[in-house]
Amino acid sequence: MMNFSSRPTEEPAVHAQDLTVVRGPRTVLRGLGFTVPRGQVTGLLGPSGCGKSTLMRAVVGTQAKVSGTLDVLGHPAGHPTLRTRVGYVTQAPSVYDDLTVRQNLDYFAAILDPGRAAADRRREDVTRAIADVDLTTHTDALAGNLSGGQRNRVSLAVALLGTPELLVLDEPTVGLDPVLRRDLWQLFHTLAAERDTTLLISSHVMDEAERCHRLLLMRDGEILADDTPDALRTRTGSETVEAAFLHLVDRAAAQARTKETTR
Amino acid sequence: MSTPAPARALSAARTTATAARVLRQLRHDPRTVGLMILIPCLMLFLLRYVFDGSARTFDSIGASLLGIFPLITMFLVTSIATLRERTSGTLERLLAMPLGKGDLIAGYALAFGALAIVQSALATGLAVWFLGLDVTGSPWLLLLVALLDALLGTALGLFVSAFAASEFQAVQFMPAVIFPQLLLCGLFTSREAMHPVLETLSDVLPMSYAVDGMNEVLKHTDMTTAFVRDTLIVAACALLVLTLGAATLKRRTA
Repeated sequence: MMNFSSRPTEEPAVHAQDLTVVRGPRTVLRGLGFTVPRGQVTGLLGPSGCGKSTLMRAVVGTQAKVSGTLDVLGHPAGHPTLRTRVGYVTQAPSVYDDLTVRQNLDYFAAILDPGRAAADRRREDVTRAIADVDLTTHTDALAGNLSGGQRNRVSLAVALLGTPELLVLDEPTVGLDPVLRRDLWQLFHTLAAERDTTLLISSHVMDEAERCHRLLLMRDGEILADDTPDALRTRTGSETVEAAFLHLVDRAAAQARTKETTR
Repeated sequence: MSTPAPARALSAARTTATAARVLRQLRHDPRTVGLMILIPCLMLFLLRYVFDGSARTFDSIGASLLGIFPLITMFLVTSIATLRERTSGTLERLLAMPLGKGDLIAGYALAFGALAIVQSALATGLAVWFLGLDVTGSPWLLLLVALLDALLGTALGLFVSAFAASEFQAVQFMPAVIFPQLLLCGLFTSREAMHPVLETLSDVLPMSYAVDGMNEVLKHTDMTTAFVRDTLIVAACALLVLTLGAATLKRRTA
């Protein structure tokens, strides 16, 4: 039923069916079904508060009260074997402000790949991750003294450690200047093309949608569309993904209204 | 990465990496370390001259305080440190990685335990050799009790941090958890002289045994059975609370 692009035999990186998440009295995600193909950049787009972060936390396995099916890299989300295979960056940078960039990465690397025998491998991994996010000149700066965007990149570098197969990035480009944003998107595409990493990237900025291979458009805990940017534009007859999104929102609202009136 | 080690309940490498990380964080904060180490010494110094006329009182209160200081400082430091770990998102990140809950807790206990050894060694040394604290038993036993107290403080701090949503609340747990124990541990008046209800209450609070243990060392040359019992109780309490603390670390949160 799904078209997994280049490798149809391979199972998708993420497969969800009837995925529901309850937070307190609210149902944040309502019976979602979607797939994230491997080795591609999938964008998760939608307005703030639509459930993007909850969906990502569910994929990573840190979200409580998840029901339905959610398989990640062939295992149920949150399975212990996924802990080294999935990298996750929260919206707010989760790094230690009172450690330097390198000390932060050294520690997380030691958790992912512990032991003295792995020390050399870890050092290379850390140096590469710092270079990936372009912070080599700030290696010995305290994370707390860096700018917000720089701290975000330290957080991203932590997720790049150990070459995870799936990277889940929650609004990684928020608050970055255009040059850095372009560089990071270049990095994401390099990761997908060269390291065969699957990326699931959330954003509420619609122009970033054009840079993704596939899109999941979300609104109010539901998925409006699961398609490629081109197909979305063609299907809705829109110029941009933003226009396509608005078109879908209007159509959903109209459908809801007709349902109301016919009831 | 070729063969990443699986996440077991306790991994020595991950525990020591965590302890090293906590100590590294402290190294970037020399003021906190300075305060933690100097304040107990300063308090003992003060106490010595408050009881200038009655050396016996200084002996008993001084020895008790040698056990109480590490408990209080480690309680405060741990509750704030783990609260920060929870609020900054680093805890969520760590628990999404192959880090065992036991690794994290043992790492913290190891790092703060090392700090407690330095703190207690300085305070005990100052009290015994410079302020004339008259200990009948071995000062090493005082140090042992102090270390166990520090572990108990770390355990309590870790546990209560789960119930604090902010640093303000965490600090308020100090009077809530520590002060009642301070009043009931026999520091101000012997536990036998309290109202029977309070005496029973003091029997179930771990700090009472910390202070009793210190006083055993003060009065007896060798390890008494009462001393062994007291230290075992403090150690068991620390372990129990650490286990409870581990249960408050959840990989999945709402």
